Amino acid sequence: MSEIVLETRGITRDYHIGGGLFGAGRTINALKGIDLTLEKGKTLAIVGESGCGKSTLARIITMIDAPTSGELLIDGAKVDITKKRLDSEMRRKVQIVFQNPYGSLNPRQKIGDVLMEPLIINENVPEAERRERAMAMLTKVGLQPEHFNRYPHMFSGGQRQRIAIARALMLNPRLLVLDEPVSALDLSVQAQVLNLLADLQDEFGLTFVFISHDLSVVRYIADEVMVMYFGEAVEYGTRDEVFQNPQHDYTKTLFAATPRADVESIRKRLAAKAA
Amino acid sequence: MALLDIKNLTVEFDTAGGTLRAVDGVSLSVTEREVLAIVGESGSGKSVSMLAVMGLLPWTAKVTADSITFLGRDILNLPPAERRRIVGKDMAMIFQEPVASLNPCFTVGFQIDETLKMHTDLNNRQRRDRTVELFEAVGLPNASDRLGAFPHQMSGGQCQRVMIAMAIACNPKLLIADEPTTALDVTIQRQILDLLVSIQAEKGMGMIMITHDMGVVAETADRVVVQYKGRKMEEADVLSLFENPKSAYTRALLAALPENATGDRLPTMVDFSLDDAPYTGARP
Repeated sequence: MSEIVLETRGITRDYHIGGGLFGAGRTINALKGIDLTLEKGKTLAIVGESGCGKSTLARIITMIDAPTSGELLIDGAKVDITKKRLDSEMRRKVQIVFQNPYGSLNPRQKIGDVLMEPLIINENVPEAERRERAMAMLTKVGLQPEHFNRYPHMFSGGQRQRIAIARALMLNPRLLVLDEPVSALDLSVQAQVLNLLADLQDEFGLTFVFISHDLSVVRYIADEVMVMYFGEAVEYGTRDEVFQNPQHDYTKTLFAATPRADVESIRKRLAAKAA
Repeated sequence: MALLDIKNLTVEFDTAGGTLRAVDGVSLSVTEREVLAIVGESGSGKSVSMLAVMGLLPWTAKVTADSITFLGRDILNLPPAERRRIVGKDMAMIFQEPVASLNPCFTVGFQIDETLKMHTDLNNRQRRDRTVELFEAVGLPNASDRLGAFPHQMSGGQCQRVMIAMAIACNPKLLIADEPTTALDVTIQRQILDLLVSIQAEKGMGMIMITHDMGVVAETADRVVVQYKGRKMEEADVLSLFENPKSAYTRALLAALPENATGDRLPTMVDFSLDDAPYTGARP
């Protein structure tokens, strides 16, 4: 059995909404005990609707936010950010790419600086090497060296997402959390970015946690799938298990709701309409 | 008879970098009881062409066409006041962001009432009854209690239902839906699409569905127009478009769908020898 990069045991996260002058406070259980294990080089897709807790889980895995209870293990090492400050090695291991490439890049920072910043903060490498590594990463994600001195507004959405991916890869992470990385992109650009992610995964042996609400993308990219509903993992298994034999009612509803673009379904719909 | 007939529509914007041609010689028509989907990626001019028909573009836009007729009447050269009598009544539009398209300062009941007041002769009581009736038609529970709700008290799906109620308030002949479900979750998307299709069939309206999602096209359309960089690439009925796409662009678009993937990489535009350069509007 290959090495396990990510493991969570009974992770919960509660948010307390403070009571005001007239009302009592409330507690929202955003996550209600999530268990998962993920092997090196695999892709876990997390599916669910808005408010189901998938982004909260992403924040906990990325060690931005602490779970209320439960354990998070990265490469077999237990992490608790409330007790011990993260060292640079831990910070290097997990990186994140956000949904909106227009919001996740600083408009006043040149692309070269965007890519070199993680190296300045986290590693002690000389200026010349930083520049060299940033250049190399730029070409790796399909951009040109002359883009080094440009600003984010000069790029299209797909190119920006490539930049965000490049930034996440600068520190050679083990685990990449992708929070809806293609949902803001056009279909043809989405295909390019998905291909890029597959290439990078093969080359660096990356492990992906891929958060999405688009089942067709999930079916294409995932090895394992977790379906979340109101903070619970209602379905968790390999892609084929989940897609071919969904157990939970919510998963079935989700599959039934997804628009189908194959000729057979169109025929069926037109026949039903004519009748 | 064609409900809406557009011939050779061109929309240009003057920008600092020169003239940008957002729509370039597009012709299309919709008949009664028909669902026409206009599909394309961002910058393909699909929204701009319909905004031009509605007369909702800013004055900086230059709209030219051989003709735009609605119910046999030329609406291209209509004075604005005349045009406003048609827009919102016989021709209505639903927008992408339901929460942003409603005015946060007024109750949803008031906003629907405004439409009715503008376009019908109903009195106060009749308008109120009509609004309740509309809310029931779009599947909002406790319709009469909902009239006093503000948009922020409703979910995205509910706001979209209010938008639909507002659009169908005056029994339009043509409903233009601009990405009506893009901002919504999959299960809510299904409900809204089902609602739109059933209302369309029941009232015998014509409907134009603007979308970038091939799944939505497959689920709703009778006929499809594919647009790319402001130009019409292909027009076909829905079955032949999916079965036997004629233009290279449509083939590329269908191949890029993850559910049609065969290998472990998706084909992209480059594989179909379509240029990948960002849209500039300038053409040789």
